[in-house]
Amino acid sequence: MNAPDHRHLHDSPKAAPFTGDLKDARHIGQAIPRPNIERLAEGRGQYVDDMELPRMAHVVFWRSPVAHARITRIERDFARMMPGVLAVYDGKDLATVCKPWVATLTHLAGMKSAPQYPMAIDRACWQGEPVVAVVAKTRAEAEDALQYVQVEWEDLPAALDMNTALDPNTPVIHPELGDNLCFTRSLDTGGVDEAFASADVVAEATFDFGRHTGVTLESRCQIADYNPASGQLTVHHSQQAPHMMQDLYSRQFGLPEASVRVVCKDVGGSFGIKVHAYPDDFATVAMSILLKRPVKFVADRLESFVSDIHAREHRIKGRIAASKEGDILAFEIDDVTGIGPFSMFPRTSGIEGNQVVNLTGGPYKHKAYRAKLNVVFLNKTPTCQYRGVGHPIACAVTEGLVDLAAAKLGMDPLAFRQRNVIADDAYPATGASGIRLEVLSHEACLRKISTLMDYPALRAEQASLRAKGIYRGIGFATLIELTNPGAAFYGVGGARISSQDGATMRLEPGGGVAVMVSVGEQGQGTEAIYAQIAADAVGVPMHQVRLLTGDTDAVPYGGGTWASRGAGIGGEAVLQAGLALRANILKVAEAILNREASGLRLMDGVVVDASSGEALLPLPELGRITYYRPDTLPAGFTSELMVTRHYAQRDYPFIFTNGVQASYVEVDTETGFVKLLKHWAVEDCGRVINPMLVDEQIRGAIVQGIGGALFEECLYDDAGLMKNGSMADYLVPMAGEMPDIVVAHVETPTRSSVLGAKGAGEAGTAGAPGAVVNAINDALRPLKAEVWSQPVTPEKILRALGHI
Amino acid sequence: MNQQEQPADELTSAARSVSITVNGTCGQHYVQPRTHLVDFLREDLGLKGSHLGCEHGVCGACTVQLDGKIVRGCLVLAVQADGRRVDTIEGLSDSGAIRDLQQAFVRHNALQCGFCTSGMLMAATELLEHKPHASREEVREWISGNYCRCTGYQAIVNAICEVLTARNTARTAGATE
Repeated sequence: MNAPDHRHLHDSPKAAPFTGDLKDARHIGQAIPRPNIERLAEGRGQYVDDMELPRMAHVVFWRSPVAHARITRIERDFARMMPGVLAVYDGKDLATVCKPWVATLTHLAGMKSAPQYPMAIDRACWQGEPVVAVVAKTRAEAEDALQYVQVEWEDLPAALDMNTALDPNTPVIHPELGDNLCFTRSLDTGGVDEAFASADVVAEATFDFGRHTGVTLESRCQIADYNPASGQLTVHHSQQAPHMMQDLYSRQFGLPEASVRVVCKDVGGSFGIKVHAYPDDFATVAMSILLKRPVKFVADRLESFVSDIHAREHRIKGRIAASKEGDILAFEIDDVTGIGPFSMFPRTSGIEGNQVVNLTGGPYKHKAYRAKLNVVFLNKTPTCQYRGVGHPIACAVTEGLVDLAAAKLGMDPLAFRQRNVIADDAYPATGASGIRLEVLSHEACLRKISTLMDYPALRAEQASLRAKGIYRGIGFATLIELTNPGAAFYGVGGARISSQDGATMRLEPGGGVAVMVSVGEQGQGTEAIYAQIAADAVGVPMHQVRLLTGDTDAVPYGGGTWASRGAGIGGEAVLQAGLALRANILKVAEAILNREASGLRLMDGVVVDASSGEALLPLPELGRITYYRPDTLPAGFTSELMVTRHYAQRDYPFIFTNGVQASYVEVDTETGFVKLLKHWAVEDCGRVINPMLVDEQIRGAIVQGIGGALFEECLYDDAGLMKNGSMADYLVPMAGEMPDIVVAHVETPTRSSVLGAKGAGEAGTAGAPGAVVNAINDALRPLKAEVWSQPVTPEKILRALGHI
Repeated sequence: MNQQEQPADELTSAARSVSITVNGTCGQHYVQPRTHLVDFLREDLGLKGSHLGCEHGVCGACTVQLDGKIVRGCLVLAVQADGRRVDTIEGLSDSGAIRDLQQAFVRHNALQCGFCTSGMLMAATELLEHKPHASREEVREWISGNYCRCTGYQAIVNAICEVLTARNTARTAGATE
């Protein structure tokens, strides 16, 4: 029962200690428990569904039960007569107050989509699209009345298979667009054909990725509260990007920006699922405006499966060229991905495939690369960014091809990677796809994982067990992950999503520090690391720091939580605000003490003599004088104990991180079952602010990645209906089948900020599928079988083995 | 084409009087026969600590104790709790009964978003009582009825194992005194 995983290997290379005002830092880098989770451990959180407002009504949706249909009649009168029912709306009703949107980005050249409304008008384009809304005084009454909504429709032919979506005989979902192509991109460095022609070894495979979804344990939910007397719209929302939603509500409903407030308190899991603007978000707001009262929408689990965004449905034909010496010469991929009938608002459904093109081959130093991408519309649930966004796909393809090439060359897969990664001293570098890499540490990470897992011993164990008919496999996945994005992600494409974030800090009279940050908490520990950073930057004990996030009326303007930017961008804003507040506090101390600020320091909440360390002025005394006795301060002096600082990462389009994962599995060749024995991750997210939080976030991300690799898939029948849209049928990882995961770090801080932190939240998901699938194929290799279709189910393994 | 019709009047038939002791306080309540226990706790009593993750008995977020045994709050009707005792995360927190477990969860960062935590603590509490010598694998197996999408489970397993050890040590020390 002894936990084998308490080895936190945080040895070299580590981030250098801070200097200057931060040289006394004692919180950053420490495994400090999160101050804000005791209330969650006592069931005292406040999630959206826990809130009740006066006169609050509840909405439920009648969603299309088929993939594609012309709606011929909606009979609402019976539902309207049911007890408690306040209104029954259709798409046209809501379109009177909410404008339609078209989700494209100008930097994804040629991208197209069709106008989308809060609810379907005349035509439903996927199973799950909202068509009719019933609002009642209670949820139960709304659900009762929903049974009496009568909708008549004619089935329309549907586009359901991404591999045939562009065929001439496949129905075009939006005839005005001309075809089912949302976005296409080609990239060619030149020299690819020559590289493949001259290669000693060429390996190729077709990689399939099952469409899956995020399954946040708290479903999507919101309360829209429009007050017609003040013209103020307040939306309590389980969401990752409150200011983005404020902007969208303002524009779609024609409300002044200042009249829209979005509040995101406790969020029960997000993972990218809650960073999009859903049709039912706008529908709920529209109904609050029409009814002049608060309206609550909480998706039930069955509608979550067909209305939360899906992701990751790709088929990629890939090949790799290598020399007999073991040098990778080129990669080539051809990717087709199936999205929904509309590109998702406002981040679009083109980003995931675009990322696959940018990231494939990313860790390696080859120069020749060619990629083709087609993003096609389907009559299935819309897809968009979900944790990892393209990384798990690019990584699994790259690393699968790397393993195939290594096997053909007869080289050890770890040694093959060590030979081909971009060297640690070669940065800044540009990858073959054109991505700019600030500073990475592939070589250090590969060295570390070999030690961490005792690679030679594991190979020896594998060989000895194989002789006994036990098939174990070891799989690696080297990865890069884009984090700390600048405006390159969305802003340059015209999306009004802030890449800048801010922190406001105020010294309270009692010596406490209130910190308001534009990046919120979804459980990652954002508020905890901000408290650590604030404590060190200002020079106060951490228990004196209080965080406020997730309220557009109270925090600086910013982007929120996505693309692993909370620590790196929000954290730097907090750091800079803290340093500014410290400087201002010392100016006040200078005025009170009549001593030069340069001879003063702020340590642990006390102003001290910089050279002797003598305590001179505790912050509560400084606060008392500042706020209650300003008359005693010198004439013309004003204390400024509230400061705001912003940070936007502008040095690179993205700050890339890197890492490597390894998976050790056993495949039962009789049943096809895979047992995950152990998993290792070495991660370089720059300066680690709280190793405990980073480690468990990496583990959680790895488990989500394993879910996609082995279990999770939205299965559709021939009519475009999801077959496994319940928690009982859609498998997610459970504790009993997950391995212990060993996490270690290499720290290469980014030089684009003082803090030096890069993102960490998605790399686990990026690398896990590739590592697990490679491990399975390593186990199967002596049996001349291989599986490149995720999720790797027992059935697929048995088919690969020829048993069925 | 019509949606499947259900006779709503049967579902919403008159509320019944039930007597349920919730977190040690006995109360007379009127509930509709169709009301699930967790909806009764959340909506009628304002006990929002038990969460709804799936409403079909899979995720475990709504786990509460009924007469000391854990049940899915979404699979039990409130009328089935008539004459019985229900304990929720609020009661267990206020009484201090699982303080050591909650503190271990905090220390190990065994919760991120916290949505699964109430149910997870309920499941772990029963494990601690019924299987005080559980192995790490048995802990993983036991909590497999409770989904967590954030943590990867390892910190949860670590926290529970630590409390198992601590309680056993305390028991052994008590026995030898």
